[in-house]
Parts: sequence; structure tokens; C-alpha cells
Amino acid sequence: MAEVLVVVEASASAGVKKVTLEMLTFARTLGTPSAVVLGEAGDITAKLAEFGAEKIYVAAGEDIDGYLVSPKATVLAALVQQVQPAAVLLGSTQEGKEIAGRLAVKLDNGLLTDAVAIDADGTATQAIFAGSALVKSKVTRGLPIVTIRPNSTTPSPAPAAGTVEQLTVSVSDADKLTKVVERVAEKKGSRPELTEASIVVSGGRGVASADNFKLVEELADLLGGAVGASRAAVDSGFYPHQFQVGQTGKTVSPQLYLALGISGAIQHRAGMQTSKTIVAVNKDPEAPIFELADYGVVGDLFKVVPQAADEIRKRK
Amino acid sequence: MNIVVLVKQVPDSGAERTLSASDNTVERASASNVINEMDEYAIEEALKIKEAHGGEVTVLTMGPAGATESIRKALSMGPDKAVHVTDDALHGSCAVATSKVLAAALGTLNADLIIAGAESTDGRVQVLPHMLAERLGIAALTGARKLTVDGSQLTVERQTDEGYEVVTAATPAVVSVWDTINEPRYPSFKGIMAAKKKPVQTLTLAELGVDAGEVGTAGATSAVIEFSKRPARSGGTKVTDEGDGGTQLVSYLTAEKFV
Ligand SMILES: Cc1cc2nc3c(=O)[nH]c(=O)nc-3n(C[C@H](O)[C@H](O)[C@H](O)COP(=O)(O)OP(=O)(O)OC[C@H]3O[C@@H](n4cnc5c(N)ncnc54)[C@H](O)[C@@H]3O)c2cc1C
Ligand SMILES: Nc1ncnc2c1ncn2[C@@H]1O[C@H](COP(=O)(O)O)[C@@H](O)[C@H]1O
Repeated sequence: MAEVLVVVEASASAGVKKVTLEMLTFARTLGTPSAVVLGEAGDITAKLAEFGAEKIYVAAGEDIDGYLVSPKATVLAALVQQVQPAAVLLGSTQEGKEIAGRLAVKLDNGLLTDAVAIDADGTATQAIFAGSALVKSKVTRGLPIVTIRPNSTTPSPAPAAGTVEQLTVSVSDADKLTKVVERVAEKKGSRPELTEASIVVSGGRGVASADNFKLVEELADLLGGAVGASRAAVDSGFYPHQFQVGQTGKTVSPQLYLALGISGAIQHRAGMQTSKTIVAVNKDPEAPIFELADYGVVGDLFKVVPQAADEIRKRK
Repeated sequence: MNIVVLVKQVPDSGAERTLSASDNTVERASASNVINEMDEYAIEEALKIKEAHGGEVTVLTMGPAGATESIRKALSMGPDKAVHVTDDALHGSCAVATSKVLAAALGTLNADLIIAGAESTDGRVQVLPHMLAERLGIAALTGARKLTVDGSQLTVERQTDEGYEVVTAATPAVVSVWDTINEPRYPSFKGIMAAKKKPVQTLTLAELGVDAGEVGTAGATSAVIEFSKRPARSGGTKVTDEGDGGTQLVSYLTAEKFV
């Protein structure tokens, strides 16, 4: 069976990201998964092997880390030409999409982004228009280059050899035009990554202040979830932009989405309406969020949320 | 500084959107169309740079004839002129083809700085800026929440999941921006009147030297083969808090095994 290249998403703090394991799981239906690590592999190779990576290609060094995206796409394109894979899967993240875009141009090949499923023949399912419609799409020129949205499937282990192969990194000056001079981590504690979390607790304008977001964080921590925010909450300075859920923020698809003081505008729905279960707390019984909530509490979040937090502590 | 801003017209994300029944492309003809929201931030950033450093701002749009409406609206914010690439053969172009056409148009414009939105609300593909940089062989500083121009040196704070990265490059370059970068101005009455007289050059594929067979549905590198509306979600249980709303909520979460 042909190889399927899975471009690994990992972070210094969390190790291999869940979307990587999902991609390895999808890759098995398309061929033999090979993981591609663009950066230092550290100690993640065991995990990649556990989830089915027969081979693990590693391209590391200053030429990869010191510049934005371009060298990674060049190394990946060379690898594609060398192994002629059945497909290339990447994460539907900013960087994953950017690498995919460059790869598509280099190979004059089609690409599909934001897939939530992929069939054995490379047909991808995408949720479009704020999650209101589903399409099935195919790459019609070249091999399937597909970016996969986190939380699309449940990763399952399938131990494989995980043979590591170092790649030689040979990039041109054109790949070194954009230098990365600093990487700054902004604190977010030990919470799971927003797009990968199985529980997301989000606050909106109803939370009323940055200080009050502690309530949202407390509930998220009790449930082991991530914290999200509506745009109104972000624009009002209650919570940082990287946690915004919606049209111009992150798309999340957790098992449970809890919306606190969020009205449920169409642009907010765009980022969360494919969640498995939706729960809302809002004092306005007419709030549109109730139209999609599996369970809704009409009430003041400043009363309901602290009581819920106490109750969870009691039950633990 | 010679700045080109990439502006796309898209169906309003606040209204019902669909694919055309005949060929599964985004239904644009009957949609209520607007400037892609993120591109308004790109226009604002270009205008601020012009105000601080001088130069000229050109709007570049590829889209159907009806996109002139969004072009005039963009011009009413303050840019000097526009280039509209329009050709019936472009209908149904994929991202790969769009980047080919926009790169060809940029080839005629001699820009020092190309500013785009980070993503468009119709496709949300987020790939065009890097595709253009790849084709033009110039730098790309994408996902900016802050842009600093110092002569020919550009510095961007690139927003990431973990925080941000500081990236630098020299012009010519493509920069893409998020909505955290600025607050777009509203067009003034004077701006709206002035926009009516600003030059809008239209370009066809032939004029750009791009073969019609490489773009549109004919040259698409991917195709939508099936389209279905998701069944709308319906509301479930709704309780009114009468002093035990939090407890009831947790009972539900426990029953659903989240606690
Ligand atoms: C192009 C475009 C893109 C956009 N992108 C996004 C996006 O990515 N994400 C996003 O979220 N929005 C986005 N928006 C904005 C969106 O239209 C809404 O304005 C926004 O989602 C509203 O946020 P909200 O629900 O927090 O605020 P509001 O609509 O003001 O709702 C606040 C809710 O809190 C309730 N409330 C108030 N106090 C309490 C209390 N004490 N207890 C309980 N409930 C209370 C109120 O009843 C109300 O329903 C976008 C808009 C546009 C035009
Ligand atoms: N047809 C187009 N005409 C002009 N600019 C475009 C077009 N398509 C995309 N862009 C630009 O590229 C950005 C990213 O778009 P996308 O890669 O489609 O998500 C947009 O915000 C625009 O600035």
C-alpha cells in the first residue's frame, strides 16, 4: 500500500496534538501512514508509532525553525516527489493550511481544507457556511492534499514500527525571506487546547467583565475543559482574541459546549454548532442560543454558574 | 510605498448562503454580497501606512461584474484606485487558480507591500496569501495582529494559538491581517462621493496572459461532488431558574456523563 504522509502538529507544552492522532487514524483507510515531523522530534516518536506511523520522517534544524512556513513546504514537496504518497494530510490550523497552500502551488495540485472526514478514495467531507451545510469534495488534479479539522474522529491506537528517517533539509534563499525572531507564549495555564478540547465553556457579553471570566474559568477547570469567548466578550476586552469562537475566531466541535451569557448570533454559531451537545445559560428566554441548545437554563448566570460549580465539587 | 490591498466580495455571512444547484459553486448572483470582513482591516492598515509613510493604495479584486459594488465601497474608505480582474471564464475558480490570476495581476502592479485579509468568510481556506508569496517569490508575513513599517523593513506580530511570533522581512512582501490589528474607519460622505470618480481598471484573462482553460470550472483542481443542508438543530429541554438552576444543570451534565 502506498504511503500516506501525515504532517505532525505538536507543541512544546502539550506534545503531539490530538489532531495528529486523528490524522493517523484517518490515514490508515487511505494507505500506510507515515508521520512527517517538521521541527525537533523530541520524544514524540513513540506516540506516533503507537497510533500507526510505520515511518517517521524528521526534518529539523535552524533552516526549519528560523523561518516562517516556506522551508517546511519545500521539504514536504521534496518528500512527496520522492515517495509518491497516496495523500498528504495536515491539520486545519493556520500553519497547516499555509503549508498546504504552498505545497499545492509547488505541485500544481488541488487542496481541500477543513475536512471533518475522509474516505478511502480521498473524498473529503467539509462542513461549510457556518456548519449549516455539508459537502463532499474531491481533488481532481494531483493527489489529495487535505487539511483535517481537530475533533473530527476518535483516535484509535494501531501500533506500527515507527522507523525514524532523518531528512536532509535543503532550502533556497527564497525560503528564508521571512525570519522568525521571537516566539512568545501567552499564559493560559494547563487547560486543553481550545480546538481540541472535548469540553468547551464559553462566556459572552453577559459575563460583563474580565474579572468575572474567573467564573467561566472555574467551571471549565471543574469539567476539565477549555475556555472560549464570544466576539462581544473579546471586543470588550474580557478575554484574549485567541480564545474567540466563531466566524472570525476558532471553530470548535467538542462533545460538550457550554454557552454562558451568549446570545447565539449566526457568526458565533459558525464556530460551535457542530458540537455534540450544547448547553446554554442565558437570562433572556428568547435568546437564539436556545434554538440549538440541547439543554438550556433561563436564568442569571451569576447565580446559576456558582451553584453549578458548588454542585460539581459536591459530587466529585 | 506602493501598496496593493486584496479585497474579495463574498456573500454576507449573516444571511442565508448556499451553493448553486447547477454546478455546486458558491451562489453569488442571488446572494447579498459584501466586502469580506477581514479585508476591511487590510484596507485600514494600508491607509494608515500611507498616512504615515506616503505612497499610493490600490485595491485589487478578482470577481464577477457585480463586485464593482464592493470595489466602490472599498474606495470610499480612502484608497486611490482599483484594479478589477473580471472574466466569465473565472466562474468556479479554485484557490490554486485564483492565486495564479491574482499573481499575474500583481505582476503588473509593482507593489512594495501587498496586504490581504487572513481569510475569507466564504471559503475560509486561509491559503491565498502564502500561495501568492510562493508564486511571486516574495516574503509572506501572515496572521498579523500588529504591523510595523520601518523603511523597507517589516515587522509583524503573528497571532498563534500559544501567543504570538515576531516575524520580519524586507519588502516586497505579502502581509495578511486578523481583525485584532485595527478598527476600520467608516467611509465619510466625502469619501463616498470621491469614490465614484476614482479610476477602476478592469482586466480580462487575455489581458493578463492567463489561459482560460487553467481557471474557472474548466481548470479547477478540486470539485464539490455532493451538497446537502444539515438538518437544523432544534432546541431541547429548557428550564427556568427558580433557585436550583445550577443544580439542575449539573444533574443534566451528570446524566450525560460529563461530570
Ligand atoms: C463579519 C462578522 C464576524 C463575526 N464573527 C464573530 C465570531 O467569530 N464570534 C462571535 O462570537 N461573534 C462574531 N460576530 C459577532 C456576532 O454577530 C455577535 O455580535 C456576537 O456573537 C455577540 O456576542 P454575545 O452573544 O456575547 O453578546 P450579546 O449578543 O450582547 O449577548 C449577550 C447575551 O448575554 C445574556 N446575558 C446578559 N447578562 C446575563 C446574565 N447575568 N445571565 C445570563 N445571561 C445574561 C443576554 O440575554 C444576551 O443574550 C461577528 C459579526 C460579524 C458581522
Ligand atoms: N478573488 C479575490 N480577489 C481579491 N482578493 C482575494 C480573492 N480571494 C482571496 N483574496 C484575498 O485573500 C485573503 C484570504 O482569502 P482565502 O485564502 O480565500 O481565505 C482574503 O481575505 C483576500 O484579501
